Amino acid sequence: MSAPRAEAVVIGASAGALEALSAILPALPARFPLPVMVVVHIPPDRRSLLAELFQAKCRVIVMEAEDKEPISPGTVYFAPADYHLLIEHDRTLSLSSDEPVLFSRPSIDVLFESAADAYGDALVAIVLTGANDDGAKGMRAVVEAGGRALVQTPESAFASAMPRAAIDLCPVARVMPLAAIAAYLLEV
Amino acid sequence: MNGDPGSEKVEDIEIRLLLEAIYSQYHYDFRSYAMASIKRRLRQAREHLGFPTFSAMQESLLRDPALLPRLLGYLTVQVSEMFRDPSYFRALREKVVPHLRTYPSLKVWVAGCSTGEELYSLAILFREEGLEERTIFYATDINQDALHAAEAGIFGVDRIPLFTENHRKSGGKSSLSDYYQAAYGRVAFDKTLRRNVVFSDHSLVTDAVFGEMQLISCRNVMIYFDRALQDRALGLFRDSLARKGFLGLGAKESLRFSKHADAFADFVREERIYQRRFE
Ligand SMILES: C[S@@+](CC[C@H](N)C(=O)[O-])C[C@H]1O[C@@H](n2cnc3c(N)ncnc32)[C@H](O)[C@@H]1O
Repeated sequence: MSAPRAEAVVIGASAGALEALSAILPALPARFPLPVMVVVHIPPDRRSLLAELFQAKCRVIVMEAEDKEPISPGTVYFAPADYHLLIEHDRTLSLSSDEPVLFSRPSIDVLFESAADAYGDALVAIVLTGANDDGAKGMRAVVEAGGRALVQTPESAFASAMPRAAIDLCPVARVMPLAAIAAYLLEV
Repeated sequence: MNGDPGSEKVEDIEIRLLLEAIYSQYHYDFRSYAMASIKRRLRQAREHLGFPTFSAMQESLLRDPALLPRLLGYLTVQVSEMFRDPSYFRALREKVVPHLRTYPSLKVWVAGCSTGEELYSLAILFREEGLEERTIFYATDINQDALHAAEAGIFGVDRIPLFTENHRKSGGKSSLSDYYQAAYGRVAFDKTLRRNVVFSDHSLVTDAVFGEMQLISCRNVMIYFDRALQDRALGLFRDSLARKGFLGLGAKESLRFSKHADAFADFVREERIYQRRFE
């Protein structure tokens, strides 16, 4: 069965995120055809340096998401500290200061659920290392909408709780090490 | 997306009709809010209030006005903090206040004041800077429960350490504890802080200009609007600001995508504080 054409990638990561993302984002070619939206758990009082850090290492454009920004392909958008990042049907980004979900703002579930609504089966969702269970419910929404779910092998993750929770809730998720996830993205 | 028949999912149709019903029956207009967040919150409401579908919820809502305030509690986001983003308040204090001092009287509008945290922050800042006596504050919101809470000025004592820390970081010249009294796990803010405050029900979506302001602070409200609605609200702010008046937005809001961008100049760029250009 051939998978539908993917239109976007969403990634969630927590403890150990920097290292894990460093194995994936720098591998994307400058003309990567999809947008990539990323939630990493960061403390609310901290200005996020993720975009600057990864811009220096990546060939794709990397930026912090702005409210109402139109989504462009070949671009990585990081959720800012202390705001949820959501995807609108018209393919723009929204930020919100709704309550934290599972103690997290930004929340991976919130990004994944809104992306599942907006992209349906044309979405690839990836859960990486983390010490909580954010992302599992969101990943289930992605799968229910027909999207594809990838999870970092828990044994290879800095913190295994988050990938495990995602696998428990989405048994159909494909479980693979970081290198395989990076390779998968080059093929979508 | 909405153009060709059958392309809209049933749930999306139901939500569109529900928002239409809320508008027709109760004149609260959420039709142009950013939908991803509205949808998330409506799903929570549907679950918590125990309706099988949005259509069922709509049917009850049309006949039972008591359901409205409960639903508004979901549709509007009451998340706030005193001196939220201390650097914003520091910029007001250090960069905007010197200009405000030159006016004999001041009007300040806190649009979308929620439960009052932002208002009390500004009232304290204005008192510290000696501007309180000449200022009238207008604190507006569409959520009645929030407005009542703002008017009461009572907060959980567990929130005070954060508020105190924020106040200090904002360059506070006094101790926050000078302004409240604690009892039974709550603190009540000094009622003299709201001597010059007018609380009122006002919607940035459906209501009009009501005065000429020297400063408008509207933080984390327009983030819930779609772009067209943001333009409507910004038009309202443009028409409400005195010559060279100031507009402060939330940390992640900007005029970048607005058609009214030309009516404002960056004043403190990093803090999203703008100044009305004079033509
Ligand atoms: C997230 S709170 C922001 C509170 C405060 N300004 C702050 O930044 O801490 C958003 C507030 O906007 C209010 N709001 C939503 N729609 C509105 C409208 N159309 N007109 C005025 N206020 C509105 C909500 O009721 C809520 O109190």
